[in-house]
Amino acid sequence: MSGVRVLVGTRKGAFILSADGTRKDWKVSGPHFAGWEVYHVKGSAVDPNRLYVSQTSGWFGQLVQRSKDGGQTFEPVGNKFVYEGTPGQHKWYDGTPHPWEFKRVWHLEPSLTDPDTIYAGVEDAAFFKSTDAGVTWQELPGLREHRTGKDWAPGAGGLCLHTILIDPTNHRRMYIAISSAGAFRSDDEGVSWTPINKGLKSQYIPDPDAEVGHCVHRIAMHKSRPNVLFMQKHWDVMRSTNAGDSWEEVSGNLPTDFGFTIDVHAHEPDTIFVVPIKSDSEHFPPEGKLRVYRSRSGGDEWEPLTKGLPQSDCYVNVLRDAMAVDSLDSCGVYFGTTGGQVYGSADGGDSWAPIVRDLPPVLSVEVQTLP
Amino acid sequence: MIRVVLPAHLRDLAHVASEFTIDVEGPITPRSIIDALELRYPMLRGTIRDQVTHERRPLVRFFACEEDLSHDPVDNPLPEAVAKGTEPFLIIGSIAGG
Repeated sequence: MSGVRVLVGTRKGAFILSADGTRKDWKVSGPHFAGWEVYHVKGSAVDPNRLYVSQTSGWFGQLVQRSKDGGQTFEPVGNKFVYEGTPGQHKWYDGTPHPWEFKRVWHLEPSLTDPDTIYAGVEDAAFFKSTDAGVTWQELPGLREHRTGKDWAPGAGGLCLHTILIDPTNHRRMYIAISSAGAFRSDDEGVSWTPINKGLKSQYIPDPDAEVGHCVHRIAMHKSRPNVLFMQKHWDVMRSTNAGDSWEEVSGNLPTDFGFTIDVHAHEPDTIFVVPIKSDSEHFPPEGKLRVYRSRSGGDEWEPLTKGLPQSDCYVNVLRDAMAVDSLDSCGVYFGTTGGQVYGSADGGDSWAPIVRDLPPVLSVEVQTLP
Repeated sequence: MIRVVLPAHLRDLAHVASEFTIDVEGPITPRSIIDALELRYPMLRGTIRDQVTHERRPLVRFFACEEDLSHDPVDNPLPEAVAKGTEPFLIIGSIAGG
């Protein structure tokens, strides 16, 4: 029987949650790398047993771990992330110039065709690539050296490149997002980049047509329609139908359009999920009710999904990389909270149940659908 | 043989005991000990000092013989007791963050 493996990164280690296709009985493995912050764990689509882990610490820096057996064992691989050339400066919070400094890897995105090729999004924002399964890393400096780079400023979480999407129909096309520079597209596998922020409105930016400076929290796409992108911005849920050339707001009837995460149903490209968060100053669900909102029309019209989720006194957050979907016939949806719960739905969001309740704060959730 | 103590996270990473010994060639200094550690345990590269600048990571400290040597030049000879193996060289994760 097919199954799923949920890869969870937390403030204090990584956890692997496994179940068969019924998704009823779960086995919990971990903590792996106990005590370390694990920003992201992701498996290769080509070789599901190949996992990559971003393990980081304010004391001891960045590590990357690799597994070749689906997370039963790990080995540290390369952790030397060095900017190409002289890194230069970006803007600091107060608008003054600040030197580019590597801090950590936020996101690891394996190639869709080669298990040894992997991309890394890092803080301070830059795009790295490894072609030897993580042993060595090279920056593709075209992003950081973009003419707007000197104007990028960090969001509250840092100047982080947190989202990497690869077009499954054209592997040379990629999208990334940086808080708070915005979204960018590459058509040459990450060598050069174009800002794709037209239509984004951010109240903290004086220029309504600002090319960069937008705090994009997350972008998602469905593999069957890679030109359609969905975005959870700092405020506003957005949609693009032209590969990011322009965006329109689709927040519709959401109770608040602030939030961090967004994802697309595995089999219904117009069905999307968000978790509304009250505001940028109150990072918890409105009214203390943890609700996933689902739109079956690509936005604008949203329905709350509450069955099995706490509907009182819930004050957790769901971070940008902490939602994922499986591709079983009945699409599974998963998300993790800063309260340490990982919730799963085996019926496309209609009903939910906690897989685990008491992990450390969850930073990221990925899912592998296993044969 | 130089006695070395690593913080718990780095012990786990390198799969070493709370205190262990390592051969160090030449003068016994913080730099020569870390060079030897990184050669023997390559997974420690970048965790104690920056891989490019070789600057000590800000929240890592070097102690020996009840002294904080973190701000001494890394090529300064360590106390004779460390060189003779009667006292360990301690690499400490500083107390920070609650």
